[in-house]
Amino acid sequence: MKRLEDIKGLEALRKKLEKKTFTEGSKRVHACCGTACMATGAKGAIESIERTAAENKIDVEVVKTGCQGLCQKGPVMVFEPTGYFYQKVKPRDAEKMVEYSLKQDIPYRQSLYRKDYLSQPVEKMEDIPFYSKQVRIALRNNGRIDPENISHYIAVGGYAALEKALGGMSPDNVLDEVDKANLRGRGGAGFPAGRKWWHTLSSGGDVKFVIANGDEGDPGAFMDRSIMEGDPHSLIEGMLLCAYAIRARYGLIYVRHEYPLAVKNLGIAISQANELGLLGDNILGSGLSFTIDIREGAGAFVCGESTALVASMEGDRGFPRVRPPRLSEHGGGVWGYPSNLNNIETFVCVPPIIEKGSDWFRSIGTENSPGTKVFALTGKVKNTGLVEVPMGITLREVIYDIGGGILDDKAFKAVQTGGPSGGCIPKQHLDIKVDFDSLWSVGSMMGSGGMVVVDEDTCMVDMAKFFLAFTQSESCGKCPPCRLGTHHMLQILERITSGSGTMEDLDELERLGKLVEKTSLCGLGQGAPLPVLSTLKYFRQEYEEHVNDKYCSAGVCKGLGVYVVDHDQCILCGLCVDACAFDAVKETRDSYFIDLDYCTRCKACLGVCQPKAIKVFRNTKEAFEQKV
Amino acid sequence: MKKEGLIDHESIGHFGGVLTEAQKNKGLLIHSLQSIQAIHNYLPEDELKSLSKNLRITLSEIYSTATFYKQFYFTPRGRNIARVCTGTACHVRGAVEILDALKQEFKIEEGETTEDASLTLETVGCVGCCGLAPVLTVNEEIVGEVEEEKLEQIVDQIRGDNGGSNEEA
Repeated sequence: MKRLEDIKGLEALRKKLEKKTFTEGSKRVHACCGTACMATGAKGAIESIERTAAENKIDVEVVKTGCQGLCQKGPVMVFEPTGYFYQKVKPRDAEKMVEYSLKQDIPYRQSLYRKDYLSQPVEKMEDIPFYSKQVRIALRNNGRIDPENISHYIAVGGYAALEKALGGMSPDNVLDEVDKANLRGRGGAGFPAGRKWWHTLSSGGDVKFVIANGDEGDPGAFMDRSIMEGDPHSLIEGMLLCAYAIRARYGLIYVRHEYPLAVKNLGIAISQANELGLLGDNILGSGLSFTIDIREGAGAFVCGESTALVASMEGDRGFPRVRPPRLSEHGGGVWGYPSNLNNIETFVCVPPIIEKGSDWFRSIGTENSPGTKVFALTGKVKNTGLVEVPMGITLREVIYDIGGGILDDKAFKAVQTGGPSGGCIPKQHLDIKVDFDSLWSVGSMMGSGGMVVVDEDTCMVDMAKFFLAFTQSESCGKCPPCRLGTHHMLQILERITSGSGTMEDLDELERLGKLVEKTSLCGLGQGAPLPVLSTLKYFRQEYEEHVNDKYCSAGVCKGLGVYVVDHDQCILCGLCVDACAFDAVKETRDSYFIDLDYCTRCKACLGVCQPKAIKVFRNTKEAFEQKV
Repeated sequence: MKKEGLIDHESIGHFGGVLTEAQKNKGLLIHSLQSIQAIHNYLPEDELKSLSKNLRITLSEIYSTATFYKQFYFTPRGRNIARVCTGTACHVRGAVEILDALKQEFKIEEGETTEDASLTLETVGCVGCCGLAPVLTVNEEIVGEVEEEKLEQIVDQIRGDNGGSNEEA
């Protein structure tokens, strides 16, 4: 494509592309090619569609989009012009779909979404509860356009905000608009982006950097990855607007090395934008010059912290440092230049704000947290995947309406938000509103947007141990509270889950947790004790059960409880005898039983027992009372 | 400067002009380490020594940076690399059992390589496919919703690779 020389050129190009892209009535398949759908076989399904269409001489355009959100039902795809939404598409089904939906405009019922086997299938994407409650701002193009094709992005209104800004807004106008919109940082802390931009601008100097933080290390979070993979041009546009507002010259995107597809798609997008003159010198004849480079991380969770990220970009160990100087000040940013660092999702929210105005943005969400937030809804819910909801929605709506409830209709126990530095929220707080401040008030945090739902089968002590083990191993080791504190806390948790904990341990755990929270250098250490402290607050009885009764009611922790064979359910297969490494399962002529003197409670027999006849009880008395 | 090809001074990016020579060299370090690892599968000492000369960074500094990051390895790795995701969602849905099964099957611990170099077993924080938990990656391929049958297939696949090399030997 030819390099655009001025704003009119972009306008003309959009008009031209609008006419020939996604025209009404044209036969298209929007197939999700996100990482999750690729893993479930999207490639084979697409090949099958293309082949069948060619055989039947049907002219169809297959749009390979980014993540459409409903990852668990992958591969998913939408057939246009009818709009039928298909899930779990197998190559064999794909052939039928072409025949039904492209040749004759009727739905292929077998692959439509159903809530369960007995309910009627849903034809359209927007009628599925998972999608109907969502409001898509950051994910506005995900699932609609081909991320490798800049024409698609321009045709659906991409770079219109840039056009508006360069055409009639001064840099200060742009900054004002973002400031008025009260866009809060989506990376977790919720610091207003507008104020951050002001700081960087007021630092002065000729050279300034705009940094996009795509080091999404939280286990259970994949919002930024989906955006970078599915809609990289939105990120570029957001960064361009930021650069215009704060008069920055250079841009950097820091991406985890675990996200190869994101790196690839971003690279393609940047070179396309360069070619079209949307990046580079004198962009659209406005005098704005801006370039973007990608930096790949090398696998360190702490590099998501802004000062550590800067150190890593400079080629050092990713150690955080004391602030001030902040990144936005002289001497604080990358190579000492003032830098404005925002999360991917924050940048992606900027173009719609400029295009539609701050009032529109403030009309969504709550007073203090306007807009939407993308969550990665995972764990034990029926519909896992990527959801974008307006701030102020209740947790119950997210989990039960969008998520479809708990897997196998078990009982809800808690939801963990904010990744390893967040806390667990129990049942009694299910009706709180999801925004930055309400989550803080119940001892958790928004974080970057991981939302892991756990049910009655999850042991909260084990969960806390898991998160702490993660932060402990990811601790960079610079400051002692984090390095030693998390290590010691983990040791205590190990003791508790293996049955040798004492009540003093619980108090010590709480004291240490508060100490680490207060005295650590960076966000990683300050947040590390939160999972432990919040579970101690809401699920103390589970800790006490592990300590006093040596029993884990969720049946997760090894080495606790009393193992008994339920003779009513036992089918005498004898697998448990083979599984036991300690000869604890004894055989009589017509039954099996477990010799508790030999049993180490290793759970090996539990795993092999198909009819689930081996039960774990608190003590022998309880086992006796249950007449097993 | 015989390893010139490996160090691409262009790759520092557009802002190279505002940096000093030392800053540029340091800024290229992680990138260079990544390209060395892409070729050799690990970081051989000789390569690091020549990198040290080329970038004018002391070897100790290179090791200081390289050892900090999880991505870099200092011993050769297996032909196949299986990574069990131990992220939250996978943990909740049974990642530990998968890891244990693989450990038992190949008689290696986490982070180790089998004697015949057919497999290196690792864990990874999160691959971002939480919707498909539990997840296992074999080389670059992501396998979601791992259960017994899929695991057996993977084990066979890796064992098959092993068998091929034995015949040649």
